[in-house]
Amino acid sequence: MTTTTEARVPNGHYGLAQAARMEWIKLRSLRSTWWTLLVTVAGTVGIGVAVGLNTRSAAGDVTNNALAGVVPGLLLTGVLGVLTMTSEYTSGTIRATVAAVPRRPLLLAAKAAVFGAVTLIVGEVASFIAFFAVGATLRDGVAAPTLGQPGVLRAVAVTGAGFCLIGLLGLGLGAIIRHSAAAVGVLVAGVYVAAQFIGFIAHGVASYMPILIVENSLSTTKPVTCGTDGAACPDFLSAWAGLGVLSLYAVIALTVGGWLLAQRDA
Amino acid sequence: MIEARHLTRRYGSTVAVDALSFDVRPGSVTGFLGPNGSGKSTTMRLILGLDRCDAGQVRVGGRRYRDLRWPLREVGALLEARAFHPGRSARSHLAALAASNAIPRARVDEVLDLVGLTSAAGRRAGKFSLGMGQRLGVAAALLGDPAVLLLDEPVNGLDPEGVRWIRDLLKSLAAQGRTVFVSSHLISEMALTAERLVVIGRGRLLADTTVAELSAGSPSLEDAFFRLTSEAVEYQGNQAKETAS
Repeated sequence: MTTTTEARVPNGHYGLAQAARMEWIKLRSLRSTWWTLLVTVAGTVGIGVAVGLNTRSAAGDVTNNALAGVVPGLLLTGVLGVLTMTSEYTSGTIRATVAAVPRRPLLLAAKAAVFGAVTLIVGEVASFIAFFAVGATLRDGVAAPTLGQPGVLRAVAVTGAGFCLIGLLGLGLGAIIRHSAAAVGVLVAGVYVAAQFIGFIAHGVASYMPILIVENSLSTTKPVTCGTDGAACPDFLSAWAGLGVLSLYAVIALTVGGWLLAQRDA
Repeated sequence: MIEARHLTRRYGSTVAVDALSFDVRPGSVTGFLGPNGSGKSTTMRLILGLDRCDAGQVRVGGRRYRDLRWPLREVGALLEARAFHPGRSARSHLAALAASNAIPRARVDEVLDLVGLTSAAGRRAGKFSLGMGQRLGVAAALLGDPAVLLLDEPVNGLDPEGVRWIRDLLKSLAAQGRTVFVSSHLISEMALTAERLVVIGRGRLLADTTVAELSAGSPSLEDAFFRLTSEAVEYQGNQAKETAS
């Protein structure tokens, strides 16, 4: 071991790059990360193919059907986001982490950057594989959509980003709630269950529910509208507006989570 | 160098640490003694900035922990409970911490070798025994080759060989000019390891002295400790302490 002098400590200071490198090693060194992501892709593609096989006419939005597996697939990325944060508390790793990177908002930013990048890549892979797999397995007589058709490339690409945004929402909820079961509960209730209730009660708000944004704004070639009968079902947001609203949810959860992380004892 | 000044922390109506002031100097092992519930672990957490202090402040090497430029290269800490994910290998755990402070990757294998975990480095840390977990904690503390070391109950769960290993390690680290601050409730172990002592009870400072000074006039350091803390014991079995005096 070297002798003890201040000179051993190099110039500069730690920052986002070092914190992100730590988070990348932590994320990739857990086997559960890779299993969850693999199942996410497999589930998204598998359900898409099943729905595609049951598509009997090309009159509807075949792209939307091909991306039907995204909704259950998203749940896994959301839960992985929650666990990426809460497992630090369960295991006690948070103390080592915070001792290494005491600026806690920076720490959460690094976590979000790494987790966001990984889930964006995995989400795009899942979306595009599902799209092409369904295209290859449709029944005879149902024409496969192509990326060149209006809105198709956008729908597939934006849906992939949906994985990342729901994942980041989970990460933020994990930072706010800290307990795995409670945070997963809030995520599922907020993303899945609330959408069902609010869809019945308040049509105007339903189009802002995360899961309905994914189903009806992101993964369609054109947003679902109800024509003249507007009272019976809401008009949904455009794909870009939907993406913006989902991003806003993730940013709010991460901002509140980062603030609480800095305020509370680790 | 660790400088605590009027350090105070309350949890609800309980004052866990009460206007605590002390210095821990480089070059010797300083033992941190106190009965159960006296605030040792809380003080350690306040030094590391894990918990916020309600009043006062503590500086490590002249800075608050939060303001350290490369925390792991300046302060190494072993906390009481396990601080690693059970599904991650010891090597990955250390590699992640090393990356956060730009510590060269080769240092990970160095500290694994130093604590005797090289052969278990690839295994999931969740399978580790308590003693191996402690060794991993020591490896993490030494990772950044820091000038200041904080260890909360480091001999917990170690076998006699491990206890001696920790004792020799701490002494050699102090001999290199480092600041070594070790909490323990094992007074006999502190008598063998530490030169200086900070003793607290109910969150207040009872003594900031040397082992030799404290034990002068008493049959043993243990007796001196009981005399000092008899007024400040939070949790005590009936008559348990009477037999000691």
